[in-house]
Amino acid sequence: MTTTSTSAPTTAPGAPAPSTMQRAGDWARRAPLLPALVFMIVVTQIPFVATLVISFMDWNAYYPDDRGFAGLSNFGKVLTDVDARQAIIVTIILTVSVVLLSLVLGLLIALLLDRKFRGRAVARTLMITPFLIVPVAAALVWKHAIYNAQYGLLNGILRWIGGSGAPQPDWISNHPLAAIVVTLVWQWTPFMMLILLAGLQSRPMDVVEAARIDGASPWQIFTNMTLPHLRQYIELSGLLGAIYIIQNFDAVFTITSGGLGTANLPYYIYETFYSAHDYGRASAAGVIVVIGSIIIATFALRTVISLFREDTR
Amino acid sequence: MSTTAATPGRATTGTATTQEIRHHKPPRKAMLLSALAWIISILFVLPVLWMILTSFHSETDAAANPPKIFAPLSTEGYHAFFGSHPWPPILNSATASIISTALVIVLALPAAYALSIRPVKKWSDVLFFFLSTKFMPAVAALLPVYLIAEKIHFLDNIWLLVILYTSMNLPIAVWMLRSFLSEVPVEMLEAAEVDGANLVTTLRKIIAPVIMPGIASAALICFIFSWNELLFARVLTGTRAETAPVFLTGFVTSQGLFLAQVCAASFVISLPVLIAGFAAQDKLVQGLSMGAVK
Repeated sequence: MTTTSTSAPTTAPGAPAPSTMQRAGDWARRAPLLPALVFMIVVTQIPFVATLVISFMDWNAYYPDDRGFAGLSNFGKVLTDVDARQAIIVTIILTVSVVLLSLVLGLLIALLLDRKFRGRAVARTLMITPFLIVPVAAALVWKHAIYNAQYGLLNGILRWIGGSGAPQPDWISNHPLAAIVVTLVWQWTPFMMLILLAGLQSRPMDVVEAARIDGASPWQIFTNMTLPHLRQYIELSGLLGAIYIIQNFDAVFTITSGGLGTANLPYYIYETFYSAHDYGRASAAGVIVVIGSIIIATFALRTVISLFREDTR
Repeated sequence: MSTTAATPGRATTGTATTQEIRHHKPPRKAMLLSALAWIISILFVLPVLWMILTSFHSETDAAANPPKIFAPLSTEGYHAFFGSHPWPPILNSATASIISTALVIVLALPAAYALSIRPVKKWSDVLFFFLSTKFMPAVAALLPVYLIAEKIHFLDNIWLLVILYTSMNLPIAVWMLRSFLSEVPVEMLEAAEVDGANLVTTLRKIIAPVIMPGIASAALICFIFSWNELLFARVLTGTRAETAPVFLTGFVTSQGLFLAQVCAASFVISLPVLIAGFAAQDKLVQGLSMGAVK
């Protein structure tokens, strides 16, 4: 980031500034950028460096005198801690299942909504609604008004159908992770659907039309034209979704409070820091999440760059 | 896994028929697909409708099993919710969301200008630096932010959230506004330069009108993300700067029969996002894809 402000003061091609004014011209170019850049560096990079430093320290708020250098022991603790390993696994299961399910559902619904039919705009609006519910509120409503064993909607429907002898399972206790996944899929399917629908609607229809006249079957058109065109939209929505879902805290916190083996890494970090006050271990876990995100981000960036190239072409 | 493999197949038949319909119009298939689209949309909105309906039932009717759909409507839940002093948290949320959104736009607009119209050197590196911060999980910054805020006595202060929400949303806005700004006609800018207009005038007179839709999308998405945020608000605020989502998490544990109250509270607190989102539906997709999809 520092390269921007220290780069050699030569004017970029196209700027008509005379040579004596070059330095001033460069700064005039940079000036509008600086407030945002400095703000971002200060607010995001300082905490990150601090996390990195603390992750190598023995630091528990309960034992303030024992603060010191710990080497890699926090990372060792996190990686050998059963809860932490469980949290890593839960994070992966949660992210992969939510992203895949909401992508598939989102694609199916986008294809349905890409057709012309009566009330299509209304149906699209209805579909967006889950994404516009505050995540905590959505998790609360699912937990209490839908999953609850005594008065939730699911068991209410079972009793409607099966009468008083109907089974009344405790959905969250029996399937805690699935309960969270369903809630998140419900919220994120509209997100995927919106991006994929925009992708479908940007298809060059004249080419599709030409292929059809040449006798291509609808299936051929879908696999050879629609899917390749959609690919970058699928990647974009999947990766952006993954970035948000890997960080999910609200649903886990609200529905199970991290119990029943559903604590993901963000929740684990929150617990380690907020309840256990083990700052070193919380930071080491934070660094591990960052590394995981960087792996996803490398793929995501590649996708974004490809979209972006097309944009500036 | 088997479901994942099977569903795209189903999806495909969807389009396949779609394409046929446009040409030969077999009305039954078309109607079936339209009906399917409607059924799925209604299924997705059903939990929201259930929340709204429950919020207007009395607590006893709300907790009935099997559910009493046609129970008399009541505002008991809303009375209970508004009686529990929800306004300070709602105002805190409004303050944090609106001020941080305004700050984001004020910072992002000139930055996007310097990354597109009069680009600095290495502008694409800067652009990707902004994006990379978005990929960094916020939870990793939680602890140091807490420790720093504690040291400078900045905990439980709504301005701390304003700063954090600004940093969370700034990259999104920079990306979006840049993608809009790259559509500003260069000739207009050159003409303005010949006329001796300065940066502020250029921004205000030529660029702002062209990218107003971009600003609207960015502001919408920043508002929604700030309004929804829970983790930082929960850890960094106490009684004074508590936001609406934090209030909502604390609201549940208190009473016995509470379903109507919870639904009322959830609905009221989601209302600003619902209104903003419905009013600017077409802007939503631009914002969510950081301007990559227009």
